[in-house]
Amino acid sequence: MLDKILFLLCLASALADERCMPDTPHGFQVRLSIKTALGDEAYVWNENEMFLFRASLAFAMRNHMNGQQFEVSNIIVCNETMRVSFWFIVTSPLDTSQLIDQENVEAAIRQSRNRINSAFLLTDKTLEFVDILPTLATLYTHPTPPWLIVFGVVMGAVGAGIIIMLVSSVVQKKRKTNGKPQDKDDDEETRVKTVENGDAHDGVHNMSFSEDERFTKM
Amino acid sequence: MRLVLPNPGLEDRIFSHEDLERMEKEEAEDRPKWDNKAQYILTCVGFCIGIGNVWRFPYLCQSHGGGAFLIPYLILLVLEGMPLLLLEFAIGQRLRKGSVGVWRAINPYLTGVGIASMLVSLLIGLYYNTLIAWILWYFFNSFQDPLPWAQCPLNENRTEFVSECQRSTTVDYYFYRVTLNSSPSIAESGGLQWQIVLCLLAAWTVICICYIRGISTSGKAVYVTAILPYIVLAIFLIRGLTLKGSLTGLKYLFTPDVDELMNPQTWLDAGAQVFYAFSIAWGGLISFSSYNPVHNNCMQDAVILSIITGLTSIYAATVTYTIIGFRATQKYENCISENIMTLLNAFNLPEDSITTSNYDTALNHLNSSSPDIILGLDFKTCDMQKLLSEGVEGTGLAFIVFTEAIINMPGSPVWSVLFFIMLLCLGISTLFGNIEGVVVPLRDLNVLPKKWPQEALTGVTCAVAFVITLLFAQHSGIYWVTLFDNFAGSVPLLTIGLFEMIAVAYIYGIDRFNEDIKFMIGHKPSIFWQISWTFISPVIILVILVFYVVTQAQKELTYLVWDPDSDKFPSLASVPYPSWINAVIFLLAGVPSLTVPLYALWRLVIVTCKKKKKKSEKIIQLS
Repeated sequence: MLDKILFLLCLASALADERCMPDTPHGFQVRLSIKTALGDEAYVWNENEMFLFRASLAFAMRNHMNGQQFEVSNIIVCNETMRVSFWFIVTSPLDTSQLIDQENVEAAIRQSRNRINSAFLLTDKTLEFVDILPTLATLYTHPTPPWLIVFGVVMGAVGAGIIIMLVSSVVQKKRKTNGKPQDKDDDEETRVKTVENGDAHDGVHNMSFSEDERFTKM
Repeated sequence: MRLVLPNPGLEDRIFSHEDLERMEKEEAEDRPKWDNKAQYILTCVGFCIGIGNVWRFPYLCQSHGGGAFLIPYLILLVLEGMPLLLLEFAIGQRLRKGSVGVWRAINPYLTGVGIASMLVSLLIGLYYNTLIAWILWYFFNSFQDPLPWAQCPLNENRTEFVSECQRSTTVDYYFYRVTLNSSPSIAESGGLQWQIVLCLLAAWTVICICYIRGISTSGKAVYVTAILPYIVLAIFLIRGLTLKGSLTGLKYLFTPDVDELMNPQTWLDAGAQVFYAFSIAWGGLISFSSYNPVHNNCMQDAVILSIITGLTSIYAATVTYTIIGFRATQKYENCISENIMTLLNAFNLPEDSITTSNYDTALNHLNSSSPDIILGLDFKTCDMQKLLSEGVEGTGLAFIVFTEAIINMPGSPVWSVLFFIMLLCLGISTLFGNIEGVVVPLRDLNVLPKKWPQEALTGVTCAVAFVITLLFAQHSGIYWVTLFDNFAGSVPLLTIGLFEMIAVAYIYGIDRFNEDIKFMIGHKPSIFWQISWTFISPVIILVILVFYVVTQAQKELTYLVWDPDSDKFPSLASVPYPSWINAVIFLLAGVPSLTVPLYALWRLVIVTCKKKKKKSEKIIQLS
């Protein structure tokens, strides 16, 4: 593994373009954290993976700058380390002495970031383009806030409960007040009847007394 | 035999033992009654076990020497809590009246004690229900995945999160900005936060329906609200113990530091916690006991309740600290991983070369070989002790620490729903006692007409309270809640408790009280109870009260604010209160405490005026 990397470094330096160096104003640094992202399923970083990276970058540049046919050779990589980090610059396909400026490269990467990430099974955090801020995914906004729904359910249940309680206590009260006069009416009737019977047998009866009773039963 | 102040006319104001026996046999009382003993015990348990058991006791335990704190706590539970509990139970059961009625019966000049209890219950109930409203808000928002406090909102270019959220944490931002929209100071009230208004409405409506027919409805509700928290705590205990780092939390909580026992602050905090945990001097316990049958064994109830409260506090503390240990471990590991990544990136080393185990050796090696690069790097300090001790008290525990821990657990919405339902039940069951301590005295004082049905009383109280609590729905609401928490619930309760003990022991007469208990449960209270009532408990309360007032008076009045513009952000900045706050503090703490002597004075004035009038009338008649 170590000798492969050394070989790559030599190769890179052989193909070296002096314009590609750390802190170059035309390129970016890339950092991959494969083991953090994939754990046991991490793949080994070798020249094939590097080829895929250069190819996907060329793809991104083609997408962004329509018409220009970027090739793998237009992506120049240098300063690869054991961290798996390296610098790259992009040359124009029409004229290899010209470098594509940083803004275009950044815009191209931003546009196709998702595709580049998925080619390597990595995320914005684990495939890091230093100084290019990823566009964060917007949070999912619900059409109606869920809390309002739960609030509605709870308030509805409680409100219904209160109304039921109030209605049942009113109904109970009405029953009580209806019950009392009915009993008294029965009593009254029997009493009047006995009075009437008594009247027939006893003689003078104080009618006003029973009259009063009937009226006061309001 | 004992010191008793003269108290003429006491016999006329209270039922005699024969009256009580007769009323018991004929069931001639028109007071509400408990359906069964279990309802009464559950109501009292629910009243005593509140949110404070989850978010105050564990913090005190951990900050005052862990396992060693249990010693002063349990000692004071027995010496201070149990006697006061039995005192309130027995006096309510014997005199069969609410808190105002009881003190008025003992001596009309003491009615102030009942009024003070009512005022304190009202003030506490107002801010307590605001906490319930916040819990309801989190509960309503737990029915979604991912939970809304798991992510920050994005800024305009979608390159970064909103700056306030970026600099603090997602849970902080969600609590202080999204939920409360806090202003930077108590003076800036901002407008009303309408979602909090809705939650307040929900909270007061729930209380209203649970208490709508007095204890006949709340007595049924406690079957759920008093038992559910225990079940949820058990579920969390099992879940918590299976999480990584839980044992770290437990070790941190219970490791005893015996030196803390020498610190007087430990004993003071333990005493204060016992006092508030038992909800003494709120008036609710007296009311609840007055609905018991006359021969109910109140001594057994007091002992059972003390044991349950003590055990529940320890149980809740255990569960809380498993979760806190988990969160601290997560944050610590993240912190270390970040530092490792910084090192790897700076020196371009392969990924697996530095792990948590060889981090220190690698750092030292690199520091010796290239110290200049190390100096330029931005390392975070990863302090496990600090992570275990931060924000673990009060609202910070529930809304920041726990919510953060929950988003890291698989299946977060379920845990969130369970947690907030537990807090809701704990809070609502305490509020039953609270509202009892407000509605019954209001009726006894004829502020609310006696003819009104219970539904109307509850409804009016809840409606008025809702309007007043809109104060807490403002943008500065959280600062008002903290103000009420610190001042309305501390000094007044201690003073009322002190007056209660003095009233029963020295004005009602400890001998008469012993006879009453003998009549009710069959035997006189032992010498332990008598010494506690007459001497030990009043002294303890007096000491706590004096120390508390002295320390408060010496401290400068400051409070913590959420101010994105301050230098200390994201920590809360400590800011002095504006000067008009002193008037508010006097209203909150001073007025209830002074009600007792003021009422007695006012009554004295009225009685002397009446006497003078009668005298002058007699003279006119005679002449």
